[in-house]
Amino acid sequence: MDVVIGQLFTGLSLGSILLLAALGLSLTFGQMGVINMAHGEFIMAGCYTTFVVQKVISSAGVSLFVSLLIGFLVGGVLGAALEMGLIRWMYDRPLDTLLVTFGVGLVLQQLARDIFGAPAKNVLAPSWLSGGVDIMGAVVPKTRIFILVLAVVAVTVLAVVLKTTPLGRRIRAVVQNRGLAETSGVSSRFTDISTFFIGSGLAGVAGVALTLIGSTSPTIGQSYLIDAFLVVVIGGLGQIKGTVIAAFALGLLNSFIEYSTTASIAKVIVFAAIVIFLQVRPQGLFTVRTRSLA
Amino acid sequence: MTTLTEKMRQHSSMTALSGFAFAAILLFAVAPAVLSDFRLNLLAKFLCFAIVAAGIGLAWGRGGMLTLGQGVFFGIGAYVMAMHLQMTDAARLGNDVPEFMEISGIRELPSFWQPFASAPVAILGILILPGLVAAVLGYGVFKRRVKGAYFAILSQALAAALAILLTGQQAIGGFTGLSDFRAFFGFKLSDPVNRQMLFFIAAGTLLVVVALVRQLMHSRYGELLVAVRDQEERVRFLGYDPANIKIVAYVVAAFFAGIAGALFTPIVGIISPADIGVVPSIAFLIGVAIGGRTTLLGPVLGAIGVAWAQTALSEQFPSGWTYLQGVLFIVVVGFIPAGLAGVWPMLKGFVDSRFRRTKAAVVVHEAPEVETVEPEKVETR
Repeated sequence: MDVVIGQLFTGLSLGSILLLAALGLSLTFGQMGVINMAHGEFIMAGCYTTFVVQKVISSAGVSLFVSLLIGFLVGGVLGAALEMGLIRWMYDRPLDTLLVTFGVGLVLQQLARDIFGAPAKNVLAPSWLSGGVDIMGAVVPKTRIFILVLAVVAVTVLAVVLKTTPLGRRIRAVVQNRGLAETSGVSSRFTDISTFFIGSGLAGVAGVALTLIGSTSPTIGQSYLIDAFLVVVIGGLGQIKGTVIAAFALGLLNSFIEYSTTASIAKVIVFAAIVIFLQVRPQGLFTVRTRSLA
Repeated sequence: MTTLTEKMRQHSSMTALSGFAFAAILLFAVAPAVLSDFRLNLLAKFLCFAIVAAGIGLAWGRGGMLTLGQGVFFGIGAYVMAMHLQMTDAARLGNDVPEFMEISGIRELPSFWQPFASAPVAILGILILPGLVAAVLGYGVFKRRVKGAYFAILSQALAAALAILLTGQQAIGGFTGLSDFRAFFGFKLSDPVNRQMLFFIAAGTLLVVVALVRQLMHSRYGELLVAVRDQEERVRFLGYDPANIKIVAYVVAAFFAGIAGALFTPIVGIISPADIGVVPSIAFLIGVAIGGRTTLLGPVLGAIGVAWAQTALSEQFPSGWTYLQGVLFIVVVGFIPAGLAGVWPMLKGFVDSRFRRTKAAVVVHEAPEVETVEPEKVETR
């Protein structure tokens, strides 16, 4: 029993990390049709932000919350800059945004390597996050529970922002009918930039969370990016609901397969499962039929 | 009318033939005479990338399928060849298992190694397996009309899955991969003459691949492929299944990548997951993009040029290449989507228009009344 509970929590925890990484992607990929390969490097920027903030503020508890805020801003500013500098010219070429942002990712990665060095850096977790909690016989690390809570909070805040605020309404309006929204006086330029700011900011938050469970290296974003993309593909475009379900489904599937085989074989099985799943639902779990990708 | 198109076709095949002969002379006579053994081996490696690029040009440039996972097929070819070479080396030394296995304590040959001990099976594997994997994925994806970004991400995920799988398997070299090959089908790899032979094999393969791609591009199939890229739904309405057309191009690209991988192994002497993962898979694309993805020779020349630039640059600035590669992706894909091959027609068009304007000006001076008639015609419409 405790094995099942243990795997369940490993899966939930992996799922919450995937969710944090995929949430911003789902916003920019799903809502705007832009495939941002630099999203992984925005996650990495969040990790290094935490590292730098901890250099300044030595109290681990305070620095974590300051990092969450600054991480969001750093990711957001990077994303907004990317949108204004490059992506705005290529909204009609989604596949080319993929390669262009991959180039941006390469540059950011090398930049991190030159600034912080290739070896991995560690961030201290606050003392109140050390140790684990005993849940029905299985010991679950407190950091993982914190990440789960963080993911739930991020999803809730994003959902509330999209649902109730004027900015959220504008984003949804632009996604559903760009032309009509513009005629109604919504500035689609401003909305595009804000969407990118929020989506990339969430990547920064994901990066801050990742420092709690592992060390930071220039390639950390890459290792999560593809899984995050798969979450978005399974979830369906532009659906928070789909992203949440897909992230936890992938996390749980991965952790249970991994328990009975090995980590590397689990990856391959999960990939095969995704291709089979797409036979049944080629458009993902949920979709809004709008601005379809070429 | 027909005689004119026939003449044009004859003319184009004449230029193609002479270009082909020129390339053959360059590769088989000039290169070995001019280059040192080391440089020739380097060029052989670049030719392997060019073979992959020719396939990508077909699938991406002509077919519009952005395949981010050619490393998978390259890797399958390379690893099958590496396994075969390891086993023949072990057999010559009288060992049961390759050396690296003995060191890591594996006494028995894993069952998936065994078939590739025989040369014909290994060659068949190299020729068939990559295409087979591509066919299975392509069938699963294209038949369900999954396309564009979704296909790109899935092909990329496949590359990640294979790289992770190989890294985790100690029985196939794990993280370090397979290396230290002594002989290639009985020919010692330490002998410069044999290494030159490998170069000739790579050069010959590249020429055959380019000829094949040219034939495909100039056939009815090539026209259908472009039609599917530009107007998939219309092709479907005409009664064709776009999925089948796409699968063929994807399989052919995988087939080329597999052969290139198989040649890469003995030429470079090592294959590891780092050569076939996500980043190298996408890096294959940059040469194609720079050369001109929709043309025949653009991808090939672009791949050779980029590989050459990478070697030349990283000798001097180790981290500089990554920056340059990133900037190239941004600039070329973002702002020169047609690649260098597109720059020439653009410049030519520019020069032509300048030239024509001066000519037109002369005409206007000679017969000004023609000019006054035309704007009125436009306005009455």
